[in-house]
Amino acid sequence: METHAARRTKPVSLFVGYRGYMDYRFLRFVVLLALSLASVAGAALLSACANQSGSASSPPRGAAVAAQSQEQPIDRDAAGLLDRISWGVTASAYQQVRAQGAARWLADQLQPDERASLPPAVQEQIAAMSIERTSLTELVYALEAQRKSAEEITDDAAKKAAQHDYQLELNRLAREAANRELLRDLYSPKQLQEQMTWFWVNHFSVHQQKHLIRAMVGDYERVLRAHALGSFRDLLAVSAHHPAMLTYLDNAQNATGHINENYARELLELHTLGVNGGYTQHDVQELARVLTGFGVNKNDPVASEAPRVRPALAAQYVRIGLFEFNPNRHDYGDKVVLGQTIRGRGASELDEVLDMLSRHPATARNVSRKLAQFFVADEPAPSLVAAMQKEFLRSNGDIAATLRAAFDSPQFAASLHTKFKDPMHFVVSAVRLAYDGKPIVNANPMVNWLNRLGEAPFNHATPDGYSLMESAWDGPGQMAVRFEIAKAIGMGSAGLFKSEGPNAAEKPAFPQLANALYYESTEHNLASATRQVLEQAVSPQEWNLFLLSSPEFMLR
Amino acid sequence: MDRRHALCTLTALPLVGIRLQAFAAPASGCKFLLVFLRGGLDTTSVVVPVGSEFYYRVRPNIAIGAPGTQADGALPLDSYWGLHPALRETLMPLYAQKQVAFVAFAGTDDVSRSHFETQDSIELGQGLGSGRDFGSGFLNRLASVVAGMNPIAFTEQLPLCMRGEHRIGSMALQSVAKPAIDPRQRDLIASMYAPTRFSVPVGEGFAVREEIMRDLADEADTAGRGAVLPKGFERDAQRMGKLLSESFDLGFIDVGGWDTHVGQGGAKGYLANRLDELGRGLAAFAAEMGPHWRDTTVVLMSEFGRTMRENGNRGTDHGHGTTYILVGGAVRGGRFAGEQQEVTEAGLFQKRDLPVLNEYRAVLGGLFARLYGLRSDQLERVFPGAHARDLQLV
Repeated sequence: METHAARRTKPVSLFVGYRGYMDYRFLRFVVLLALSLASVAGAALLSACANQSGSASSPPRGAAVAAQSQEQPIDRDAAGLLDRISWGVTASAYQQVRAQGAARWLADQLQPDERASLPPAVQEQIAAMSIERTSLTELVYALEAQRKSAEEITDDAAKKAAQHDYQLELNRLAREAANRELLRDLYSPKQLQEQMTWFWVNHFSVHQQKHLIRAMVGDYERVLRAHALGSFRDLLAVSAHHPAMLTYLDNAQNATGHINENYARELLELHTLGVNGGYTQHDVQELARVLTGFGVNKNDPVASEAPRVRPALAAQYVRIGLFEFNPNRHDYGDKVVLGQTIRGRGASELDEVLDMLSRHPATARNVSRKLAQFFVADEPAPSLVAAMQKEFLRSNGDIAATLRAAFDSPQFAASLHTKFKDPMHFVVSAVRLAYDGKPIVNANPMVNWLNRLGEAPFNHATPDGYSLMESAWDGPGQMAVRFEIAKAIGMGSAGLFKSEGPNAAEKPAFPQLANALYYESTEHNLASATRQVLEQAVSPQEWNLFLLSSPEFMLR
Repeated sequence: MDRRHALCTLTALPLVGIRLQAFAAPASGCKFLLVFLRGGLDTTSVVVPVGSEFYYRVRPNIAIGAPGTQADGALPLDSYWGLHPALRETLMPLYAQKQVAFVAFAGTDDVSRSHFETQDSIELGQGLGSGRDFGSGFLNRLASVVAGMNPIAFTEQLPLCMRGEHRIGSMALQSVAKPAIDPRQRDLIASMYAPTRFSVPVGEGFAVREEIMRDLADEADTAGRGAVLPKGFERDAQRMGKLLSESFDLGFIDVGGWDTHVGQGGAKGYLANRLDELGRGLAAFAAEMGPHWRDTTVVLMSEFGRTMRENGNRGTDHGHGTTYILVGGAVRGGRFAGEQQEVTEAGLFQKRDLPVLNEYRAVLGGLFARLYGLRSDQLERVFPGAHARDLQLV
């Protein structure tokens, strides 16, 4: 209220010391004038303006001109393209698309340069994490030792304390994985790969709260990332052999004579064919038999005995890290899955089934439709799904090729700015917009926001993963919480620059959202109701709140 | 189900659910709260088969003594059952007032003994064997067949049982804080959404938070006068009481920490402490409901019970049959309801657990039918394929 009153009497003096509210109006004037005078050199000028706030250097003028000369419709909406292909538009990414042209930028995103790296400040944060410095196998051996020594304590109180410490260590590892994921989403130049990593972690969803999965999610995400734009067959194999999945869906317990169908069912229903994909309960049972013996061994082979395996089958025993195929637990009878006879012979039965499932038209359709829901619309046009399915089958499940079919479609271009952001997209896009070029040092506030919004990393209890549909995320409680998060980010008091530990102080800083990017790419897309509200902001912080709370910002 | 049995003045809907009016006059009539105890509560330690010789034989370290045998023995419920002594000051007086009923040998036909699997299947309430729709929970379906319901989940995420076509808000009570958005900002934000498809949820979102803050306003006053506020579940339960008595009529909360594989204790110890907290919460909730308590039904349920035998760590492992506890002024209490049998070795399910004689969909279906006067076609929507059994719980 105080600032509101002050603004009426002394509007300018309130903002002395900020490059704030009044400055933006001047900046807009400069930008618009410059653009109207020299539209061809727009990208270069924009970068010059942005350089005031220390952004990247301007691209060569020739590149901008070249991009302009072969401009596609999508080139005229770089912000829309970025909001869909990346985790959210930023000033630097916007310049890059304008400079390269949409087609070239998109091609790079589909086939990212392995050398493209994170900003050094982000890379340093990640490199310091246990999940980066220690392999999953070593982490789990250490945790198992910690658990066992706690179990041996006879005093109940001391045992409880030791078990509490063990739980804290598991929590810490899961927190690291969530932080690393968010830092990459915020700052990785390979934005499409990061979106696809989230997509696959969600498609092959595991819940961190079960058993040791908190220690495993970092590695799970890492291996899925490596194939995120690659072959579906590889993704399927990665998830099928990863201890996180084998633990989560109980296949570690699945053995001949003690059948557990949990993973077999979800492998068909959720991961490949889809619920109406033409399989029967009998197929589930037969696939469960194929999956017998695929499990997890948490014992360090150096410190413990190998499982006893009948001599005749000993050669078939497989141990890779924590993954184990134990022939003693495998059903060696023949199976019939989807009408195909799988000759009982050991671990390679699963390879045969995964080949079959990954090439199945129902899988192609199910995965294509889900990708289209993520990248185009909640109810994608059947023709679009059909085109993607065709490409999926033609390319043998090549994800980049399948996505290309979506991105080249007229439905994609027509859908920009219409898809409702789920909490991940809302939170990450807000922080990307706010702190492009100024890496945050603590992603825990983001994890907390995502918890409040119900979409925290690795935290979906059920195997279906988080919903990709607007209807799951646009409820009343959701919207109210989003505005509070918008305020925390807009005011700069969110804790994103507060390092962990005692006496950690946060440097007060709020983001500058009314910047060149806004006037160039955002403002003209805002409804008049939104513009009217932005004009009533009494401080640059409140202006940030309104922009991040606007209906337009809820869409991507 | 005969409409005359309906306790509440709410009307069951003839057809598919209509949209509730946002925060119109609170529906008069009954208040229902589901407390889901996640982790598999060892109900054998809560409602103790003190008449079972087998119980004492297989739980040498963690059994609760029979009434009168020791200072902190069980509190007598009837000649066979006793209540955990940690509930002496909280649940026991309500039992004496015939406001607590027990359904022993309750649970689900799901035998996975997986927390997740079992919680999910219970919350979905769709029965086993059919394809599961993770987008439709039984409390949501209940809210869609009873007109004028104002449901809420006191959780961060909308629980599975409340997901579905009926729009239900959720707000965890641990982190109730003054909204960061001031009224001027609220109005400005709402005006941005006026022309959009989100104008209703945005308006409702502000309204829910204000409703909650208004209902809880005098809590801050109390704290301001130096009174010590209760913590944990007791505080949440008090807040729930305020909200359910003033604004809402169908609530859900979950309480975790019941997965007692190790050192669960007996009359004292870990589980006793958790039960004490749970009991104090229920008492605080009852007190806060005031005159609405007589129209209130609280159901406490966990996904499964635990093994009859204690394990090598003075704890218990995942079992099967459990006991549901109903509390409230509307409850026909002071008794056990449903099928029962003695707790013996021969009576165990798969030689390890209590059997399920009272399937949860039948029990809750019968309860909802009495509370809301549901017809059989409406019951079929709430619990498809289930056969409701009227245990005359209310």
